[in-house]
This record gives sequence, structure tokens and C-alpha cells, in this order.
Amino acid sequence: MKTPRDLLVVDDEEVITQAVLRVCEADGLTVDVADSAAAALARLEHGTYRLIVCDVMMADVDGFAFLAEMGRRQDHTPVIMSTGMSTMENAVRALNSGAIDFVPKPFTADELLTAVRRGMNYAKLQHAAAAMPGTLPDSIAWVPCPPDYYRLGFSSWLVQEPAGTVKVGVTDLFLKTLDAVQLATLSAAGYDVVQGASCAVLTAMGGLEHSVLSPVTGRIVETNRAVAAAPAVMERDPYFEGWLYRVLPSELQYDLQHLTACSSDRL
Amino acid sequence: MFRKLGLKLTVAVGVIALVTIGIFAYFNSRNDNRSLLAEVERHANQLSEAVKSSTEYDMLLNQRERIHETITRMGTQSSIQRIRIMNKSGAVIYSSDTAEIGKMVDKKAEACTMCHSADTPLERLEMKDRTRVFRIHPDSARTLGIINPIYNTRSCSEAACHAHPRSQLVLGVLDVTLPLAEVDKDIRQGQVQVFIFAVAAILALSLIIGLLVTRWVAMPVRALVEATRHVAGGDLNYVIPETRDDELGMLARSFNNMTRKLSDARLQLVQSDKLASLGRLAAGVAHEINNPLTGVLTYSSFLMKRAKDQPDVQEDLKVIVRETIRCREIVKSLLDFARQSVPKKAPADVNDIITRAATVVENQLAINHVRLVRELAADVPPITVDANQLQQVFINLFVNASDAIGPDAGGGAITVTTSRLTLSPVGITQIKQAQCPKRHSLINTEVRIDGKPSIRVKAKANGNEGFIYRDPMFGMSRHQFGVALEPGMAVQVTCPDCASALNVEASPCPQCGSATFQFEVPSRGMVEGCTNRACTWQRWAELERLGDREFVEMRIRDTGCGITRDEIPRIFEPFFSTKGQKGTGLGLAVIWGIIDNHNGTITVESEVGKGTTFVIRIPVEP
Repeated sequence: MKTPRDLLVVDDEEVITQAVLRVCEADGLTVDVADSAAAALARLEHGTYRLIVCDVMMADVDGFAFLAEMGRRQDHTPVIMSTGMSTMENAVRALNSGAIDFVPKPFTADELLTAVRRGMNYAKLQHAAAAMPGTLPDSIAWVPCPPDYYRLGFSSWLVQEPAGTVKVGVTDLFLKTLDAVQLATLSAAGYDVVQGASCAVLTAMGGLEHSVLSPVTGRIVETNRAVAAAPAVMERDPYFEGWLYRVLPSELQYDLQHLTACSSDRL
Repeated sequence: MFRKLGLKLTVAVGVIALVTIGIFAYFNSRNDNRSLLAEVERHANQLSEAVKSSTEYDMLLNQRERIHETITRMGTQSSIQRIRIMNKSGAVIYSSDTAEIGKMVDKKAEACTMCHSADTPLERLEMKDRTRVFRIHPDSARTLGIINPIYNTRSCSEAACHAHPRSQLVLGVLDVTLPLAEVDKDIRQGQVQVFIFAVAAILALSLIIGLLVTRWVAMPVRALVEATRHVAGGDLNYVIPETRDDELGMLARSFNNMTRKLSDARLQLVQSDKLASLGRLAAGVAHEINNPLTGVLTYSSFLMKRAKDQPDVQEDLKVIVRETIRCREIVKSLLDFARQSVPKKAPADVNDIITRAATVVENQLAINHVRLVRELAADVPPITVDANQLQQVFINLFVNASDAIGPDAGGGAITVTTSRLTLSPVGITQIKQAQCPKRHSLINTEVRIDGKPSIRVKAKANGNEGFIYRDPMFGMSRHQFGVALEPGMAVQVTCPDCASALNVEASPCPQCGSATFQFEVPSRGMVEGCTNRACTWQRWAELERLGDREFVEMRIRDTGCGITRDEIPRIFEPFFSTKGQKGTGLGLAVIWGIIDNHNGTITVESEVGKGTTFVIRIPVEP
């Protein structure tokens, strides 16, 4: 019988696994640590976890190979990736490889906790979906984004507009992993956004701040005032009324390579 | 070599001078000799006529004593050696040398041969035939003799004495001889003078030519040879003083120009290499530092949350968290620098970008009383650039220029000019990507040619195999061959990874006929090359089809303090700063990175005390 636990931390630096352990245990979670991808896979043989926090750069097998191995094993435990090489490319690659979130190192206790709580909520949604009859084990109940949309992980989406601009917003699933957004802090028109970097901060109940990673690189030409005034618009209609920005993309074709077409979610 | 050249020229000039002056001196001396002798002849003739006429009357009167007296007296003059009169049968009748009187003179004697050399004696003699130059003894001085025939006249045949029958034509001859010792002395003196002059002239000419050759040829050539040695030894900052306007001065200038261009090119190469290694280093450092930093940040922020009821402790922890976050930002900016985020390019007007940058720095420049002069060409085509990055470049360069002018200079000017120019792509285009038909990269970073990764292919011929490392600069042929290939050999060229053939079948090199091969530069067509080490043929149809490339050139010139030659190669290095504590030193390195990301080049020209010019060139077609 596998022992259920909340969190598995995978990192080859002991100081980090211990730090994560302390922070998350203080938050009331049960935590296991592994100092390598091999050790983590061994632990997954014996126990189940609701969430995994995994480093990208590890001595033996790196985080991406670990994700791939989990895919082969049909293990659907959600994974949050983290790395000291906190480049946008790594972030985008992680989200594109099946990680549900990306936390750049070094992180504060709060930054870690917001990501872990979102992960926990994601796991909860996943379990709820699995419990419903007739669904695939890895699919969860969410409003799928419209077919001509593209998404970055499950964080944000974009849709191309005839004028050459793109609209950017937050996915339904991302919003569901937050506890009721209280405040949406958006950048003004004229600011530049970079794919994989934070473009907006959503403050949830309890004051935790969640960063929305931009799906595209370009310049903001318009900010949705309705969302800034009342964040609930996003939750009500995340894919239409609840858009965040209209962006003039600088290298859309390049950026699209790192996004998932929403039409592929409907297979 | 130059020594030989100088010596050769000097010797050549000496020989030419020797020949010309020698010929001149010879003819000059001969002419002098002749005219002197002619003068003496004329004098002798006059003398002989004088003797003849002064004795004629006495002869008619047959007053022998008087004739004898006259001749003896005249003969005592030092300029006359001897005067004598001989009768028709050759007997000396009168002579200044009395011992000779009455003696017979042989027809063969030097005085007589002129008329008596033939069987019948001559009766008339030309002037030139009447004189003779001879030596009495072989070692005595020369003597000039003149014969003056005394002809039978009416007064003689009708004279009272009737001494001479009318049929007799020549009665006798007057023979006057003059010593030539004085004349010979003059001639010798003249010859000695000419000789001394000739030797002096030849020596002086050779010496002057030698000196001039040394000064005008040997010394500048020596400076050039010295400079090539320095450059060969790797010192590309070596400069030949450009003090002359002649061809060697031009050579020195173009040599300096060449080394400067080489130095610029090397700088760009070293720079890109350095930035690439710095990027790798920064990435490594970021990873290494971020792990321990994560420990510090997580624990301290965690502690801070837990110390809510201890405000003083929480305040202290806040400082730790704040400073750790600062460290995080520093590392992040280092990573950003190393990565130099891919520029967000769009067509833009450079003139607009410059104008925008100028607006930003206007106030700052006004404080230093620096004028910003814009000479922007209206025909500059739009180029595909990241306008923000380029604006940042101009702002940095303007601020740098303003700092270089400084607040104490009492003002200055920054001139920014734009222009379009066209350059041939051959020799300046680097092949940065190369692949085989199966898309394996042929770029090899281990063997670098002039600092740039080479293009590696495998070559096989006659059972030998090895690698050919091709020069990545298209148009240059500094390839390295790791296999011996003879021209015209059947060579198989393959991809080192997958052994796909790269040979271009039935298409021998148009220059040497050897086998050729090709590889692909993704989205820029095929590049062809020759397997003959000595052959420079290569073809990049796509690049050549595009023809000369158009560039937009931007020059930013200031009247500031300038940069020393030693500093120029270092100014684009990260953390190099001439501003001491004021600057961080990342500015120009970042600028360099931005321009490199736009496939452009940035170079600098500077003179201490006069100012600095930055030249940026960005291709119109990206």
C-alpha cells in the first residue's frame, strides 16, 4: 500500500530541499525529499504524492528527463519546475514539457508557497475530475480555451486578432487554482512583456501574490480596465470579456512554437 | 635587403657618373690640348714669317754676316729653341746654333721628311703639314718645328748677285723649332685638374645619392619591415609614423590602415568569443550562486513570517530578505546580459530613433554645455532593428560622449551622422551555420580560424582520410587540411556525423579542376568549395545573387578627451571602464552585444585630446 503524502521535493542541493521542507511543513503539508531524479522515481514506486517540486539542473538526470520518464510511467502527479538558470527559455520549456508551473530560484517562502498552493489546488481539481465517471485520468474539469487559442502551460492564453495584435488572458484552470482573486495588478499600455516572464500579478485571498506568465513577447497596446476594476470578470468569462492585454507581438511565429494549440486539447 | 638596395643604387649612380664624367673629361682634355697646340703653331708660323721677312732684304743683298747676326740674336730668345736656314742641297747655311753651320742635313731627318718622303720632293706645303712635333731624345721635352720654304722670286733671280737661276723654284728652307715644355706643363696641369674634379664629382654624387637613398628609401623601408615584424608578431596596434607624402608615405598610411582594419576585425572576433564565454560563465555562476541564495532567501523570508510578534527581529530579517532579493536581481541582470535577449526587430527609421534618443539626453547634455549636432541623411532606408535597444545604444553613446567632454571643458559638440553605403559581402560575411543534407551541423568550435568556429567536413582520397576545416569567412581561404590531397585527385567529401556525401558530382572546380563539395547554410542556400588546398575558389550563389549589401552607417563623433590606443582594444570588454568608480563598465559591452545581435559591427576611432568616433554599420537586409 502506497503511503499518500502531499509533496515530494527533488533537488540535489540539501539546503534547498530542507528549506522547502521547513516552509511547507510549517504550512501543514507532509513532505518527502529526494536528492536526485533516480531517488525521486524510487520514491514514486512506494508512495503517492499530490505534488512534486523538481529542480531542472541536477547532476544525474535533469528535470526535463524526469518529466519525460514520468510521462512514460503514466504518472500524472503535477510537477512544479524550478531552476537557478531562471531563463525565459527554461520557463517556457518546462511549461511546454508538462510541468504545471515554473518557479525561478532563488524564491522567497511566499513565492514558493503560492506556487505550492496553486499546485495543491490543481491536484485537487485533478482528483475531482478523476472521480467523475467517463473522463481520462489526466483530464480535469475546466472550461477549455476556444479552438483558435494558444496557451502557455495552463497559465495564460493568447489569440491572434486580424489587426496583427494578440489578446492575452489567464486560463480558467489557473484562476481555479487561486483562492478568489482580490486584486489584479496590470501593467499599463506601452510596457514590454516577455514570453515566460511575469506580466501581471493576481492577489488572492490571504494576500498571496500569483504571477501570470506572459504567453508572448511584445508591447502592450491596451490594458483591459474592466479586469483591473473588477477581477471577477476574469473568473466569469476568462476567454472573452476577461482578457488582460492587447499586445503587439514582436516575434509571434517564434513564440507560437512554444505554445500549445487549444485545438489539440480536444482530441 | 634595403642595405643592398641602397648600395646597388649608389654603385649604379657611381658607375654612370664615372662613365659620363670620364668621357667628358677625356674629350675636354683632348680639345684643350689641340687648341693649345694650334695656338703654338700659329705663333711659330708668325715667328718663322717674321724671321723670313726680316732676313729677306739681307738675302737679296747677299749680306751673309747680317743674316747670321739676325738669326743668332733671335735664337737667343728663350721661347725659341733654334732657327736655321738650309739651302737646296741640305747644307745648313745659317743657324742660331753656330756649331751646326755647314753641316749637311740628311733627307731622312725629321725636318725634311715632309717634303722628301717621296722620290720627287714636294714644292708646296700646306700649313698643317709644315709643322711637326718631336722629341730630340726620347726622354726630353717635346719640341715643335716649323718649316718655311724660301721660294725663288723675281727679285732673287734678278738680283745683282745672280746666285739663283730662274729655274730653281725652292731656294732653301727656314726651319724654326720651339720648345713645348711650358705648353706640356700647362696641358698636364689641366689634365690633373680635370682628373681631380672628376674623382671629386663622382665621390660627391655617390655620397649624396647614398645619403638620399638611405633617408628617402632605406629608412622608411626599414620602418615598414620593422612594422611587418611587429604585426607578424601579433602587435596590431603598431603604427608607422606617417610623416611623408611620397609613395612610401602612402604605403605607410595604407599599411597603418590595413593593421587598423585587422585590429578592428580581430577585436570584433575576440569580443564575440569573449561574450560567448562570459555568457557561459555567467550562466554557470548564476546557477551556482542561486542555489545557496535560495537557502538564504527561503529561510530568511520564512523566519520573517514567523517573527510577526517580534517586530525588532522582523525588521532585521527584512533587511536580509531585501538584500538577498537585491543579489537575486544582480544575478538576473548578469544572466540577462549574457543572454542578451533576442532583439525584437521591426522595420524602423534610424533617424527617428536618433531623434528620440536625443530628446532623452537633451537636458543632461545641456548641463555640460554639449551641443548635439544631427547630420541625418534623408535617404537612409528603414532597417529591421529593435528600436528600443538601438535607442539605448544611442543614449549610452551620447552620455559616454558627454562624459568624455566633461563639465570642465567649457562645452563641446557631439555630431551624429547617418548615411547609406554599399559593401561587397565577400570577405565580410561569416558562415555561422552549415549543415549536411541530413541537417547535421558542420560547425566546429574546437578548430577556430581567426577566432571563429570553422566548418568541418571529412575527406577521403587514396585510402587516406581526415578533416578539412574551412574558413568560416566567405571569400577568405585560410582553410586547414588534416589530410593530404593532390589537386585533381578523386576525393570523397562527407559529413563527419552521418557520412552523407557532400561532393558535387561532375562539377570540377572551374579554377583548378579538382573535386568540389557543398554544404547548406540554412535558408541562405548552398556554399561550394574546392578540395585543393592551394585553390581559393568558392561559390555561394545565394549570397552572390544578392550582390553588394546595403548598410546604414551611423557615426557618433565627440570632441571629448579621446581614448588611448592601448585602451581601444579593451573598451568593449565587460567591466572595462575609463570612468573609474563612476561607471559599471557594462555599457559598451552591452552595446556591442546589441549591434552584434543585429548582424552589425561597431568600431571606434579615437585620438587623445581630439575626440572619439563610434561607427556603427547595420545591414539593411537582416
